[in-house]
Amino acid sequence: MAKTLRVNETPLVLYCLRRADDALILGHRLSEWCGHAPMMEEDMALANMALDLIGQARSLYTYAGQVEGEGHTEDDFAYWRDERGYRNALLVEQENDDFARTIMRQFLYASFADLYWQAMVKSKDETLAAVAAKSEKEMAYHVRHTAEWVIRLGDGTDESHERIAKALEYCWPFTGELFEADESEKGLVAEGIAADLSSLRDQWRTNVKAVLDEATLTMPQDGWMQKGGRSGRHSEYLGHLLTELQHVQHTVPGAVW
Amino acid sequence: MKDIFPIWEVFIRSRNGLAHKHVGSLHAADATLALQAARDIYTRRGEGLSIWVVPSSAITASDPADKDMMFEPTASKIYRHPTFYEVPDEVGHM
Repeated sequence: MAKTLRVNETPLVLYCLRRADDALILGHRLSEWCGHAPMMEEDMALANMALDLIGQARSLYTYAGQVEGEGHTEDDFAYWRDERGYRNALLVEQENDDFARTIMRQFLYASFADLYWQAMVKSKDETLAAVAAKSEKEMAYHVRHTAEWVIRLGDGTDESHERIAKALEYCWPFTGELFEADESEKGLVAEGIAADLSSLRDQWRTNVKAVLDEATLTMPQDGWMQKGGRSGRHSEYLGHLLTELQHVQHTVPGAVW
Repeated sequence: MKDIFPIWEVFIRSRNGLAHKHVGSLHAADATLALQAARDIYTRRGEGLSIWVVPSSAITASDPADKDMMFEPTASKIYRHPTFYEVPDEVGHM
């Protein structure tokens, strides 16, 4: 086993890594469905969404490397940080479980990310604004696609309703973390580089509720919320995911296609 | 899934194309999901600017067994092709 990457986490580097890690980990989760989805058409849809997210992660890692100035590449960040070095929100690392859980996780995240990237189009950081312009369209589609499924599963059979309701209950305590910002992030908000996450929450609630209502699902109360991912304290699932994601590079360091 | 989801025919209008062309089919629960599935399956490489999906059951097709009766009679009517006109030079390319 070679190095574990030590990252010089200045506020902007950390900020980019948090967004990139969200995208990479969620993209990897979706890719786990490849060849296993309930139908071929949805297999393709999930893989397409995975590729959108992995593309976002690549741009953000590359930019984090430029800002850090230590010569780290997108691959260094993806393959050579351990669990404690990852900065993604806990929601995205949660297991796929059944199709309903996967769809609900994607719906809740995308509903956030769509608003987030819309706001980031106005970032004073040109690179982040450019990533935002591309990502916003991708996430808008993820919202549309997953919302259609949430509605059909919720307003479908007894079993599909039960499964999507259970998924909602499971995912909800992980949604609070999406809107969390620490001191390093608040500085970037003040500089006009980062979007103010807390300002997105009401719109997110409104958008999510409209879909849940149509799906005959009840929006949960905001109770105690899980957090820790943004500072490297993860659930039991991330380590297993990284073992798989990093396996080839850790076995044959520097392997290329 | 194949038993419970109907089949849809997919038509794509390409970037330069004037008309929608049939590209294939897929299974989906309803029209909205069929449109999304068509987007995910048939426009991954920038193929399209517009998609139509049509329930396969809405298409009335000619019977392949009727092929001779339906299409052979035209084979001997070459005068229907506009190839017997002399185009004056002044017209140029048509």
